Amino acid sequence: MLHIRDLVVTYGAATALDGVSLDVEAGEMVALVGPNGAGKTTTLNAISGVVPTASGTIENGGRSAQVPEGRQLFADLSVDDNLRLGAWRMPRRDRNTERVYAVMPDLRPLRRQRAGLLSGGQQQMVAIGRALMARPDVLLIDELSLGLAPLIAARLIEHLREINRDEGTTILLVEQEVDLAFDLCSRAYVIEAGRVVAEGPTDVLRADPQLAAIYLGTAMTRSETP
Amino acid sequence: MTTFLTYIASGLAVGASFALIGSGFVVVHRVTNVVNFTQGTLTVLGGLISYSLLSMAIPHGLGEVAAVLIAAVAGLLVGLVTLSRPGTPAFVALLVTLGLSFLGTAIIILVWGQNPVSPPGIEGSIAFGSVSIESQRVLIVVVTLAVFGAMWLFFERTDLGRAMSAAASNQRAARLVGIDVRRMGLAAFAIAGALGGLAGVLLAPTLPLSVYSDLPLALSGFAAAVFGGLSSPGRTLIGAMVLGVSGQLVAGYINGSFQTQLALVMMLVVMIARHRSLTTEEAK
Repeated sequence: MLHIRDLVVTYGAATALDGVSLDVEAGEMVALVGPNGAGKTTTLNAISGVVPTASGTIENGGRSAQVPEGRQLFADLSVDDNLRLGAWRMPRRDRNTERVYAVMPDLRPLRRQRAGLLSGGQQQMVAIGRALMARPDVLLIDELSLGLAPLIAARLIEHLREINRDEGTTILLVEQEVDLAFDLCSRAYVIEAGRVVAEGPTDVLRADPQLAAIYLGTAMTRSETP
Repeated sequence: MTTFLTYIASGLAVGASFALIGSGFVVVHRVTNVVNFTQGTLTVLGGLISYSLLSMAIPHGLGEVAAVLIAAVAGLLVGLVTLSRPGTPAFVALLVTLGLSFLGTAIIILVWGQNPVSPPGIEGSIAFGSVSIESQRVLIVVVTLAVFGAMWLFFERTDLGRAMSAAASNQRAARLVGIDVRRMGLAAFAIAGALGGLAGVLLAPTLPLSVYSDLPLALSGFAAAVFGGLSSPGRTLIGAMVLGVSGQLVAGYINGSFQTQLALVMMLVVMIARHRSLTTEEAK
């Protein structure tokens, strides 16, 4: 579905991605983890085509839609308008928001509310819903749980599982909470400083002492701040 | 009493034209966050073009519509220059529009000179009880209300209108869902040109326009737009009507030369009252 080979992305003199290769097969759920500034968001932005690539290839066998970090909703617009605009590239008849409410019924009573007034978890649902409106084959999700209570994040993960199962949507998830990401995904790539440093099935990676070393620091500081 | 009602009625007509000018400010600011200082120039341009076209014996209706369309093209040109460099800060873009407004002023003086002109409008007047109002003024109010209704439908009920609002609300997200932010901005400038042109076309028969009408018209329209927080067409309409009516009352009972000051005072009051909400909006 998604095949990336030797991808290099530079921002001026800085190299954000230094030869990243990764493969995501149709119907898979794959996690992309790594410390801050490793190049996770850049990878997603390159797939979405919003940052230019310096070299390498991105072969996308389907349509992708991104759930950006920090949700990035249209705060002044209603929930329903946010969702409709997710289908901006689609023909008019494919802009019916009902399909999102079917997947996430919690959004239905909020449809007329201004998106900026919703809670963080509700906003993240709208962001996922807006991406779903583009009928993506691949859903690119950037920092699903950031700023959300664990219970809310777990609920969103459940929605993603349903979306993957019921609609066959492939998911590439960037996530700081490694445990959360590994619970959902069967495979993962670990990137650091713009390079893939480890990859494989999540249950194998979970037991990897080297990976624990990379993450122990972040895990500890994170648990200190509630 | 009749005099008072006459002032109110003519105030509503003047207010309606302020509302059209103000909505031009609102549409551009809402979509691009730029304050477009050519709005008054575009208004004068609309009035002058309709004057020239009608005096060339182009029939009524056609001349006015052509003037509005030409003003829309002029608005689009302003947008093309103002938005030519992506990432230009809004306050720099504001200065660009100010410069273009000076350029427009020069062009207007070259083509039309400096004397006020007034194209023919609708003849006659309509009686509402004891109050008799010029038909042209009634037309201004009717057209303005229709335009605001259409604008509400456009922004609230069409996906293009939603996409234009979205481009203003969050540019990054707009790009991510595939909205062409620059094109939305250009469309906003063209619409603003049409709104300004329409105001000029409708206003000129009752109020002769010259290049010097630019600033007072722009100020009044801007005051109305500020009343609407530079983002709400509905509140802009209300602000414009308040300004128009109070202006006529002040002119009728006190002194006609106070009208511009009235707009400035109203802006000042609104800005002080809204100071908190404006600063928090900018902080976002």
